[in-house]
Parts: sequence; C-alpha cells; structure tokens
Amino acid sequence: MKTRNIKLHELAHARAGDKGNTSDISVWAYSPEDYPLIKKQLTPELIKSSFPDLILGDVVRYELDHLHGLKFVMSEALEGGVNSSLGIDSHGKSWSFLILGLMIEVPQKP
Amino acid sequence: MHKEIAMLRMGAGAGFSSDRLGPAVDLAEKGELDWLVFETIGERTLAFGRRDRQLNPQRGYNPKLAARMRAVLPHCRANGTRIMTNMGVAHVEAAAQVVVEVARELGIKGLKVAALIGDDVTEQMRGDTVLFDYGGRRLDEVGRPLVGANAYVGIDAMLPAVETGADVIITGRVADPSLYLAPIVQQFGWARDDWHRLGQGTLVGHLMECGMQITGGYFGDPGYKDVPRPADIGYPIADINESGEVVISKLSDSGGLVNMATVKEQIFYEIHDPARYLTPDVTADFSRVQLTETGLDQVRVTHGTGGERPKQLKVTVGFDGGLLGEGSISYAGVNAAARGRLARDTMVERLDRIEGIRGNYRIDVVGLNAVHATARAKEPEVAEDVQVRVAMRSMDRELIEMVLWELEALYCCGPAGGGGYRGYITPGVVTHSAMIDRDAVRTRVEVYES
Repeated sequence: MKTRNIKLHELAHARAGDKGNTSDISVWAYSPEDYPLIKKQLTPELIKSSFPDLILGDVVRYELDHLHGLKFVMSEALEGGVNSSLGIDSHGKSWSFLILGLMIEVPQKP
Repeated sequence: MHKEIAMLRMGAGAGFSSDRLGPAVDLAEKGELDWLVFETIGERTLAFGRRDRQLNPQRGYNPKLAARMRAVLPHCRANGTRIMTNMGVAHVEAAAQVVVEVARELGIKGLKVAALIGDDVTEQMRGDTVLFDYGGRRLDEVGRPLVGANAYVGIDAMLPAVETGADVIITGRVADPSLYLAPIVQQFGWARDDWHRLGQGTLVGHLMECGMQITGGYFGDPGYKDVPRPADIGYPIADINESGEVVISKLSDSGGLVNMATVKEQIFYEIHDPARYLTPDVTADFSRVQLTETGLDQVRVTHGTGGERPKQLKVTVGFDGGLLGEGSISYAGVNAAARGRLARDTMVERLDRIEGIRGNYRIDVVGLNAVHATARAKEPEVAEDVQVRVAMRSMDRELIEMVLWELEALYCCGPAGGGGYRGYITPGVVTHSAMIDRDAVRTRVEVYES
C-alpha cells in the first residue's frame, strides 16, 4: 500500500495544560477512522524523542478509545513551569501545536 | 431539609483571574441561573495575591472583584442568583468587605456575604515539609524566603458557607471543581461518601471552571476549528439533575460554540490520569465519560464516577521568586533575520562577561525561533520582522538592570535599524506543592451583611 506523510494537525486537534513543571496535552482525532493510526504512531517514545531538550522527564500516555483521543502527561517539560521559566510561553500553552506538527504516515488516497 | 427541585442551573462568570466581564453580566441578566460562579485562582495568581497582600495589608484579593460585583450584583439580586467565587485569593476577609461596600454603593440592603477563611496553612509549614513536586526535597532546601502556603480545601469546608444561605460566598484556595460541587451537593442532598455522584459532580465543576474554554475559547484554529463570533463568546451554562448528569450550553445569542470537540478538549484539560483525578472531595474517574450532542450548542455529559477521596489535602507553597526582568528590541525589513541574529550574538558575548549574569539569562529571537526554541533547533533563514528578547530572574535588582541596560544600548551600539526597545522588571514568585493532613486545616465561615 502506498503511503504519504502528513502533519498530525490535518487529522487531529489538541489542547495543552500545565501543573507545575508538568505539561499535559490531549489529542483528538477529528474522524474516528483516523484514530487507530494516530494511536499506533503517536507513541510516548515518539514524543519524547522528538523534543529531547524540552521534555526532560517521562511521557505517559492514557488512551480514551471511546472518545478517539489520547492524553499525554510529560514531566519536567515546561522549562521550570509558569513561575520559574524564562521562556515566553511559560505555561506551555503552545506545546499542543508542537505535537500537531509531528508527521503521521497515512494511506495514499486512490 | 433540601428544597425539592428537579434541576440546578449554574453559569460560569470567570475561568481565570483576568477573564472577561461582559459575558458574565449577560449570564447574570439573562441566564436564569441559580448560581453564578467566578473561578479566578491559579498557581501564578495565588502567589501574586500573597505578594499583593505583603505589599499592602488591605489587598491580596482579586483586583477585579469590585468591578465584577458592581456589574453583576443588581442582576443577581433581581433574579435570585447566588454567587460563588474564590476571588478572596489571599485575603478573604478584605474581599468580603469589598463586596459589602459595593452592595451599599448600589443601594442593595441586606445582602449576605459568607467568607470561608482558613485555607492559609503558612503556620503549619516547617523546614522539613516535603515538596512532592520538587523531587521530594525539603522546604528549607529551596533556599528562598517562604511567602505563604495555602491548602486546597473542598466541599467539607464550603458546605457550611453554602448552608448560611448567603447571596455571595467568597473563598480563598478551594479546589476549582468544588466551587460548583458544593452547591450541587447542598441542593440534592448527596452523601459525603457517595463517591459515584461526587465524581460526576466534580466532572461538572471541572467542565465549567475554565469558563469559555468549553464554549469556544482557547479553541479557534482557522480553517480547522472555526469559532463563530469570537469577540462575543458566551460563558457556559450547566443544567444539572439530581444524579449529576449535565447538559452544557450557552446563551443562544452569544458567540462561540459547544460541541463534542470543545467538551472533549476540556474534560481532560490539566488532569493527569483520567481515571484518578484527585480533589479534596473524591478521586474522580472521567475515563468512561459519555458525550451526546442533544441540540445546537448543547452537549450532555454523563458517566463520570469516582472512588474514595484522598486522605490528605494538597498545598501550594509560595516562595519569593526575586525579580523577573524582560526586555526586547526589534529589527524589521530587508535582512532582518541576520541583524536579529547579530544582535543576539552581540548580547551573548557581552552578557557572558558579567559574573552573576552568565548562565542565568535566556535570549530568543522572536520571529525566528523563540516560543518553541527549546524544542526545535532549526531557525528559518529569512524573516522580515523579528524581536530580540532577553529574560533573567534574580534576587539582585542591579544585575537585572545591567541586562536591560545592555539591551537598550543596542540602539546605538548594535546592528543597523534596531528599534522599539522595551524593558520592564516585575516581582516573581516560585511555587511548589506539598501535602497536609485534613485535620491540620481548620476553616471557619464569617457572615457579613450590607
């Protein structure tokens, strides 16, 4: 089967939150048909290895299959957190769009 | 005895400290609400509340309290809507006085205001208090002056305030969902150990407490997730039955939207394990939640549940974070990226010569790679509008002033065409988290009247 790579943003939406130095991001497939391939490819290992300098701690994934969503909790991933970071986005509100920029391999449409 | 009613109708009036006021007034006026709830505390704003109170013993509550009350009290009074809010932040008594004064100004007589006092646990903090979010290190290992500590109290502390029948209930650090759960529990007479219902009720509070984040705020992504009339998004309304099942909606003439996507994004926002969301009231389980679109901008949310509540309460411990200095200078037009990079390199070379600054600052080129700089090394070669931004935290004001001076000096000493220098210094706070035994937190309710 022929495949192509597209940004996750084409298939899913996401929201980021923070608690201390922990970032949490949920990712939701727009279409239930796309959920299995997102679940297969968007692993905690992929996320951690894609941003090694940003995510210093563990990445834990929770699966919400019946809602077609994944929840990632990333520790030591906010440059210190809202009250310590020197970054502009000290909450990591925009980290959701880092994840949505990752590439996903999808079947080539006939 | 509990009043027999089939439903409870609650609306959000704020989901964070600086949230919009107009849509709260719309709900107060037209929402036909039993309760209007203003949630305004975060880790950042609680610490700032404590700082405000240190600087001025009469302050420490939400700075927008008076404006909000002035705008909604007449409508709430006319419509029999009670107000629940944590705008007391770090000074609940002063906040209650402000509400009473605003009511008097408005000529509202006999308004009852209940203040929930006692979440301040600064006295209970010791050098060996364990900070679980700081690798389990001890409080005295932070090496910064303690500003104060507040426990997240829940419905046990809040219900006595609800039961006074007060028109306005004002608190400090209570768990955010408890702001909604306490009135629900009181209304339907749920048992304090009915973990299943308390879990569903906590789900209602969790969905509502961030205000517009469930009605189209923090959501718009043009071409993918379009939000109707984004300048006029309405706050959410929750219609709750005696089992805690809820329909989330909004005023039909407001902007924004409520659909499966807005609700899904909010259900799992800022919780970690979806099956184990810890609050003072319950270990809530949202992992089997069911969503149904029941109409335009209406989503029914059911199947939240829960288990026994945690034995201890969470505490936010605030420390003096010294000062945060931030400054920027901008480059635009032809070759702007190269000039921005040159300005950055020049700053690095000069700042690294200064003991105390070297290694302690951050510099970014906004427009090339700034917000996501730590995540991505690659910078675009070309940009026509960039801003060189420097930031540093220190207890030493002089060091921060030196950083900003170096940056401003780029006007005449840096690359061509540098303009728009801005620089400011603000007090910072550092927060950590600890746990405390429930028994160690003693709260009380004081009632005031206008």
